[in-house]
Amino acid sequence: MQDQTPPRRKFHPVYLCLSLPFIAHIWVPSYNRIDPELFGIPFFYWWQMAWILGAALSILPVYLFEERRRR
Amino acid sequence: MSAHPATLGVFLFLFVAVGVLGLFGSRWRAGDLSQLAEWGLGGRRFGTVITWFLLGGDLYTAYTFIAVPAAMFGLGAAGFFAIPYATLMYPLLFLIFPRLWSVAHKHGYVTAADFVRGRFNNRPLALAIALTGIIATMPYIALQLTGMQVVIAALGLNYVIALPLFGPVSIPLLAAFIVLAAYTYNSGLRGTALVAVVKDVLVYATVLAAVVIIPAQLGGYGKIFASVDPKLLTLAHGTSDNLGGGFAYVSLSIGSTLALFMYPHAVTGLLSSSSRHVVRRNAMVLPAYSFALALIALLGFMAIAAGVKAMPAYAPGFASFGNNFAVPALFLAMFPPWFAGVAFAAIAIGALVPASMMAIACGNLFTRNIYKEFIAPDCTPAEESRMAKMISLLTKLGALLFVLKLQTAYAIQLQLLGGIWMCQTVPAVLLALYVRLNPYGLLAGWAAGMAAGTWMAWTLQFRSSTYVLHFFGFAVPCYAALSALALNLLIAGAVSLIVSAVSDMPADQTLAEDYV
Repeated sequence: MQDQTPPRRKFHPVYLCLSLPFIAHIWVPSYNRIDPELFGIPFFYWWQMAWILGAALSILPVYLFEERRRR
Repeated sequence: MSAHPATLGVFLFLFVAVGVLGLFGSRWRAGDLSQLAEWGLGGRRFGTVITWFLLGGDLYTAYTFIAVPAAMFGLGAAGFFAIPYATLMYPLLFLIFPRLWSVAHKHGYVTAADFVRGRFNNRPLALAIALTGIIATMPYIALQLTGMQVVIAALGLNYVIALPLFGPVSIPLLAAFIVLAAYTYNSGLRGTALVAVVKDVLVYATVLAAVVIIPAQLGGYGKIFASVDPKLLTLAHGTSDNLGGGFAYVSLSIGSTLALFMYPHAVTGLLSSSSRHVVRRNAMVLPAYSFALALIALLGFMAIAAGVKAMPAYAPGFASFGNNFAVPALFLAMFPPWFAGVAFAAIAIGALVPASMMAIACGNLFTRNIYKEFIAPDCTPAEESRMAKMISLLTKLGALLFVLKLQTAYAIQLQLLGGIWMCQTVPAVLLALYVRLNPYGLLAGWAAGMAAGTWMAWTLQFRSSTYVLHFFGFAVPCYAALSALALNLLIAGAVSLIVSAVSDMPADQTLAEDYV
């Protein structure tokens, strides 16, 4: 193959934030249990629901970083 | 079983109002609808807010609202995989899709296959991608109509008319179909976007009411979870020779995420946004939907706690639709009649938005990548737009026939296959945004992935998509889409190496700076 791949911007460690939700979900044994419950909801459910917000928050630093670089 | 008049009245009022809104959608930010990008991408002018509604209406379909709680109702924790799936899609969306948006904007691409055509200058590969999209989307549209059938049954509207060619057709389903076809044909993506806003207001109202009212009647969340079989509350743990339910759970959510982005209607929704920054911002605000989805998933457990399956009034519904009837039955049992009407309208209108987007996406794909490419290379933009409208109509008719002639079970099985198939276009589309393999390698990988994926689903008799792989006596239950994708990538890489050694790469229409 010829080298026609687009040159990518230099990697910055802030992009690692995007892998956090993946690590959290792939590590199933960490959340595959009932306790501790929250308002009667088992850990398995409320932990994954919390990660919905967690995923949005993991994107935020990358977003802000790109916005700053854009200016 | 017939519904309360208040339920029916509220439902009909909302449904008709939405139909009128969709039809007049063509006047909203009017553009020249004889251009394909105007009809089929809304003129690429949707800002952050409208894109949010459109993608939300698109990715969280009526079928999702019925099937996810139904999976929880029947399978327990394993059905919750839809939540990590709806969570993990956003980091990927944020990272990858702005690149696709930019390159599509620069070169005027309307579909993913357009991009493949430009990137690899290879017609068979682009055709394979377009066909995969069309074939995988058809049963998905059929499933939206199935979602509507469930609601119609819950409302007790069994009026049937015999039509030539179609056989017996439920009149309400036919009416809903005509509303859908008329506004999609007339207004294109603009009509859909307007309907999506109404749909969301109804969905959020329903979800908020459900998570407040129903647990209060059932004695709180603690009681609801206590009524579920404890074995079903968590995933099956792995053993020394089996990775267990956890691996299947993660592979299902990641594989579904990849497949979802490849679906033509998702690409259509993303490309209709007005800038790459709209896509990036949406990756941060769309998770609000995932939260609603998680609450909807819990409705499955509420249906268990309410004991709807044992109630004689709902027995015919369960007999016809299985666990998919759990949520409608729960609404009928728990909500005041008029609010059940709102909830059913939310589901039925929730079927209109994705069904119309999927049909538009199929119209775009056929016109750009089959009609213009192989049949009429020098057609005018106006002909192109007319063709796409016709095809979107035909796609919906096909879906209607599908629902009427075949059992619901077939639609579900084919949709399951569709996810496996869509995943096989990842190397030629997503990966191609970063690296360029040889098109013949990609074609070989695609063929291998499609064959292996279909074979795995077939050996499972299309009942499940989790195929157990055996490595040296170690069992790995994995989503078939993901294991087929692994084979796909392996073959694509190997064949690319060989082909590139003996021949030159075809020209690339796109430049590195088009992507950023």
